[in-house]
Amino acid sequence: MSVRPILDACRAEGRAALIGYLPVGFPSVDGSIEAMEALVRAGVDIVEIGVPYSDPVMDGPVIQDAAVRALESGVRLKDTFAAVRAVRAAGAGALVMTYWNPVLRYGVDRFAADLAAAGGDGLITPDLIPDEAGDWIRAADEQGLDKVFLVAPSSTPERLAAVTGRSRGFVYATAVMGVTGARASVGDAAEDLVARTRAVTDLPVCVGLGVSTGDQASQVGRFADGVIVGSALVRCLTEAQSPEAGLKELEQLAGELADGVRKGRA
Amino acid sequence: MSPSMPHAEPVGRFGRFGGRYVPEALIPALEQLEEVWRKAVVDPAFTGELERLHRTYTGRPSIITEVPRFAEHCGGARVLLKREDLNHTGSHKINNVLGQALLTKRMGKTRVIAETGAGQHGVATATAAALLGLECVVYMGKKDTERQALNVARMRLLGAEVVAVEHGSQTLKDAVNEAFRDWVANVATTHYVLGTVTGPHPFPEMVREFHRVIGIEARQQVLDLVGRLPDVVCACVGGGSNAIGIFHRFLDDTAVRLVGLEAGGSGIESGKHAARFSSGIPGVLHGAYTYVLQDEDGQTIESHSVSAGLDYPSVGPEHALLRESGRAEYRPITDDEAMEAFRLLARTEGILPAIESAHALAGAMQLGRELGPEALILVNLSGRGDKDVHTAAEWFGLIDAPGKATPPPATEDEAGTKGMGQQQ
Repeated sequence: MSVRPILDACRAEGRAALIGYLPVGFPSVDGSIEAMEALVRAGVDIVEIGVPYSDPVMDGPVIQDAAVRALESGVRLKDTFAAVRAVRAAGAGALVMTYWNPVLRYGVDRFAADLAAAGGDGLITPDLIPDEAGDWIRAADEQGLDKVFLVAPSSTPERLAAVTGRSRGFVYATAVMGVTGARASVGDAAEDLVARTRAVTDLPVCVGLGVSTGDQASQVGRFADGVIVGSALVRCLTEAQSPEAGLKELEQLAGELADGVRKGRA
Repeated sequence: MSPSMPHAEPVGRFGRFGGRYVPEALIPALEQLEEVWRKAVVDPAFTGELERLHRTYTGRPSIITEVPRFAEHCGGARVLLKREDLNHTGSHKINNVLGQALLTKRMGKTRVIAETGAGQHGVATATAAALLGLECVVYMGKKDTERQALNVARMRLLGAEVVAVEHGSQTLKDAVNEAFRDWVANVATTHYVLGTVTGPHPFPEMVREFHRVIGIEARQQVLDLVGRLPDVVCACVGGGSNAIGIFHRFLDDTAVRLVGLEAGGSGIESGKHAARFSSGIPGVLHGAYTYVLQDEDGQTIESHSVSAGLDYPSVGPEHALLRESGRAEYRPITDDEAMEAFRLLARTEGILPAIESAHALAGAMQLGRELGPEALILVNLSGRGDKDVHTAAEWFGLIDAPGKATPPPATEDEAGTKGMGQQQ
């Protein structure tokens, strides 16, 4: 499995892919799956299925808050696989985004096998650098799964080469130095990072951190192969008056973002 | 697979423990830190400056004190305290902080951030920042700002900004999370002065090296005083910096038992403790692979301890190796046992220990009773108890209701308890 064919198809259409993040288990396991299905209906190409974790050091307040609430309402790691199956059935790519300890505790080989069996495409690992990822790389290669590692504006050319050399699917370029969360502007650092990453790899490069509007998606879509949106989508759910209202707002924002990536290079 | 991988083997390992489990954004900063640190420790300008600060600012070498009246409660064993509590700022933490603050200047950074539990490391960092003219922000769990209010005020007096962290358990682990988030965003100007021997490489090794002076001094002081090495070295273990600092010089002295005392909280069976080696499982937290209190989904379990400085669900990776190799042993000490040791040291020797260090004293009481009067026990008294006066006064019911004096608690020990050692 891989999201690569999806990214290639988007490239053939002359546009960036839209990648939407939501955590499993918020507002409930079923509610989160419904929300992921709504993303796909609205035009999201790949769903980044978040595993709630007690100590998310790469996440800002919105995703932290959703993770805490999901854990408090009893979400379990195995619920991730149900979400993967649903996203797959809805017709989108299914990548799981997880901090490393839940996978370690579950067992790296077992997690890779169960993820592949559920139809998942691979993992995004925010706190696992390739240098520490020997077990995961072996397991992912065995199961044919994507290994999406992160690069940052601070990454040196040596690090960019090292990280992209171990990646599969795409490379996740963090647009700014910082944690997840909407920002007023995405900045020039992202475009520079994408260019520096392209200099060392042929893999697609997708940009995340800070994108929250259709205009930003359009702007980032001009230079990136994919636009990753997280906190802005999660906030539709966490700040909603009711689950129904949240879903409606979510679908509307996802639609706006989907339009954004489609007019990026028009 | 890739010829450009900078490290064929994972770096910074203690056996299978340690590593660098952090966002890629921080890797350049960790590599810069390691490079600057390794150059500094062989540069006489750096080592000379650090030594001068130890001597003229911190007050090193710290003394050792023999405590015969307290030792009566330790099976009559001979007990010596390494007095890190007498350091400027009141704990061992200053050893590491001065080193890292000097490195911050060498890296051309102008701002330091730190996490703190009991406030000792935060106070030490605020102190070094004031001394060297650095901007300082300290992250502290909200619960800890309440139980260590005095240290919050101290940090603010020293010019630091104290941020109360209201996420999660509102204790040390959440303060560390918030410090990492700040660091990712501000790494170009900011050094994270991590306060213990965990976190991503090079912190566990670097922080150990800055604290190694404790054991180097203590080993010689014990030899000078007694003419032989101690049978046991006791130290409390939260993240484990004071313990690794005193243990390390004794690692090759295989006859010397190294005993780390963890926070047993309300008891292991209660589930409310911070005894990672009693019920923790290897995993990743805050950048290192080590023992972690975690549930079956890998979610961190909140720790509990009367001592804010030991109230942490993970432990330094080198301790994990020392435990696995059998070179060191680790025991839980309950809140009750620690507070009894706190009270005893105060009453028998006129020394108020930090509640963290009282866990080490309680360990000495256990080991002394097991080993008997021939034993020689060295205890790292890592901090002083001024910051804990309020907690201890509440624990022992010493706070007067308005207009009413409370009599001191009844004690059985002041009259002399020479027989206690024979009870075991």
